[in-house]
Amino acid sequence: MAQGQQTDYWKRDIISHEEPKEYNILNVGPTHPATHGVFQNVMLMDGEFIVSTEQTIGYIHRAFEKIAERRPFYQITPLTDRLNYCSAPLNNMGWHMTVEKLLGIETPKRVDYLRIIIMELARIADHLICNSVIGVDSGALTGFTYLFQDREYIYEIYEEICGSRLTTNMGRIGGFERNFSEKAWYKIHHFLKTYPKKLKEFESLLSRNRIFMDRTINVGPFSADRALAYGFTGPNLRACGIDYDVRVMNPYCSYDEFDFTIPIGQNGDTYDRFMVRQEEMWQSLSIIEQAIAKLEKMEDKETYFAKDPRFVLPPKEQVYNNMEALIWHFKIVMGETDIPAGEIYHSIEAANGELGFYLVSDGGRTPSRLHFRRPCFIYYQAYPEMVTGNMLSDAVLTMSSMNVIAGELDA
Amino acid sequence: MSDKQISTPTIAETPEGIAGQGYFATSFEKAVGLARKNSLWPLPFATSCCGIEFMATMASHYDLARFGSERLSFSPRQSDLLMVMGTVAKKMGPVLREVYIQMAEPKWVIAVGACASSGGVFDTYSVLQGIDRVIPVDVYVPGCPPRPEQIIDGILKIQELAGNESLRRRNSIPYDELMKKYNIE
Amino acid sequence: MLASQFGNEIEEIKISSDMPVIHVQKDRIPEVLLFLRDTPELQYNFLTTLCGMHYPETSRLGVVYHLHSFVNNHRIRIKTVLSIEHPFLPTITTIWPSANWMERETYDFYGIIFEGHPNLKRILNVDEMTDFPLRKEFPLEDQTREDKDDSMFGR
Repeated sequence: MAQGQQTDYWKRDIISHEEPKEYNILNVGPTHPATHGVFQNVMLMDGEFIVSTEQTIGYIHRAFEKIAERRPFYQITPLTDRLNYCSAPLNNMGWHMTVEKLLGIETPKRVDYLRIIIMELARIADHLICNSVIGVDSGALTGFTYLFQDREYIYEIYEEICGSRLTTNMGRIGGFERNFSEKAWYKIHHFLKTYPKKLKEFESLLSRNRIFMDRTINVGPFSADRALAYGFTGPNLRACGIDYDVRVMNPYCSYDEFDFTIPIGQNGDTYDRFMVRQEEMWQSLSIIEQAIAKLEKMEDKETYFAKDPRFVLPPKEQVYNNMEALIWHFKIVMGETDIPAGEIYHSIEAANGELGFYLVSDGGRTPSRLHFRRPCFIYYQAYPEMVTGNMLSDAVLTMSSMNVIAGELDA
Repeated sequence: MSDKQISTPTIAETPEGIAGQGYFATSFEKAVGLARKNSLWPLPFATSCCGIEFMATMASHYDLARFGSERLSFSPRQSDLLMVMGTVAKKMGPVLREVYIQMAEPKWVIAVGACASSGGVFDTYSVLQGIDRVIPVDVYVPGCPPRPEQIIDGILKIQELAGNESLRRRNSIPYDELMKKYNIE
Repeated sequence: MLASQFGNEIEEIKISSDMPVIHVQKDRIPEVLLFLRDTPELQYNFLTTLCGMHYPETSRLGVVYHLHSFVNNHRIRIKTVLSIEHPFLPTITTIWPSANWMERETYDFYGIIFEGHPNLKRILNVDEMTDFPLRKEFPLEDQTREDKDDSMFGR
């Protein structure tokens, strides 16, 4: 009878434990939902639990390091844009500072403060995307739709300063290409007035939300010493409890004059990463306000570049009237100036961690070797360790909370 | 020519036809074209920076859903329009081809950005110099990245193509030859 | 600070512009790095990056390691050279797991083979590629394009 057969089967299942487990292979392939970027994870699944993961990257390898060996120094800036394209001005400024360190150019204070405003705006933009995408992946699309409006506002600020929205190519070696206009200042002030309210609204939507907390607490936890061994930096490391921030350890661009705190987490799980990024956005807002206050106290409102004629373009009026300026302009634009030989490593606190530039120059007009220390590439290696034993939906949230940007992964 | 002036605001432009009391007669092609063009469901194949501009296009400021692309599908079987946004490397080429082959007819392809149209800034050994080396493309949107208004302009051009397409095009000989050129089927 | 460390003498030291640079023989790399990590006065506990180099004039390949000590806030750069015909180097994935992908990337770009690496395959380029693209003699541009007119570009 059907009854008898059922109980038989049930007994058989209890008695014999030698039934081998059947694993499925699931390809979370290069085409992802939720536009995280192109990388592949071939997961061995035991039902809903992940047994192991094998990663494949390189689906967007554009050979930046090879291209950089053929370009003069200011032509490498558009390449650095496309590393972490959510916060392009950060990468640009990092590259400019590396070259200035090699050449020994000292930028005036006003340039430093302007750079800090731009870098913190870019950091806010990047954390904004990451946090709203964590919301989207756990089902809360509202945060994304509301916060992207503010990202549009940041794009408008970029447009006033450099002309382009996303891949900005902002600034020059030694400063900026033009002073910030009145309209740019107006927009920055308007942003500072309106954004805190929106951020508070977003925070109240998710951070004490029961469903969100259930989905993100203890999901993908990572201990601090494993994180250090895997080369984590940035918000992911700070969520594990280590307060390493390049702005504080090796201050660059006058960051040591600013007063800000470094948020750290406890478990290194998804909720901590979300909250660390959230708090960093508040800290960035405070840094921008301090920078604006410092700028208003300075009497000099006109300098926007360093005064080194060998590498910094002279102003156009002088080029038309002054013979020397004309010669320098020609040499710089045609790329005939030779950069002194030497090697340098400089790193900045990008939105994902320590973005480093290792530049080796042998005296020509192009670098002999340029290596990007990309934070995403290094910490993504730890992903299998974070998701083994967890469920697939937790793995998706872990990946989105690590903020893996494909452009930085592959370069 | 329509005899009556339609006074309430319409969402889509009515095609040419004969209207009367309680009926509107037009050719089948135009009716199908009207339905297809105003409900294109995109598959966002976003690889890099242009993907972020696409996210901005889908967000509330430059809403793409106004044009009928309300539901993004990530499954090729359920989408009409393949939007390739960003650089396609040679490693990604076969994946793109597979996704294109899995889509059901009628399907359109829009190449958004300089990298998808022609390789863009990256003339290197590892980047596919334009996705039209592996799949046939209908509309190219240049820019690095293109502004959301340009992406919407590209979608409007696809809508024009979809609305005016002959019903027999997908079974015709020139289309078969186009597919053979790309070694599909 | 540098003088206190040298229990192993089989290397040369040169000071460069921004951080101390140590040149090490290629077989002693794991020992030197382990020493740098574990000695209590030094504690270089973080591997910042590792990358490959190609020196075409002497036809050598090289590897550069950057270490960072969080405790003392000090950075250091370590270099080795290898010959092109025999590019073998011991791996350091047992010391820092973050070197896993970095060594794969160096293998992919330069062809430097790390002995003892758990999974030395190509990571960023296509798996079937036989050349090592970041060596200086490999061309940058895609060689299969027919539409470029070289006479216009002065090549």
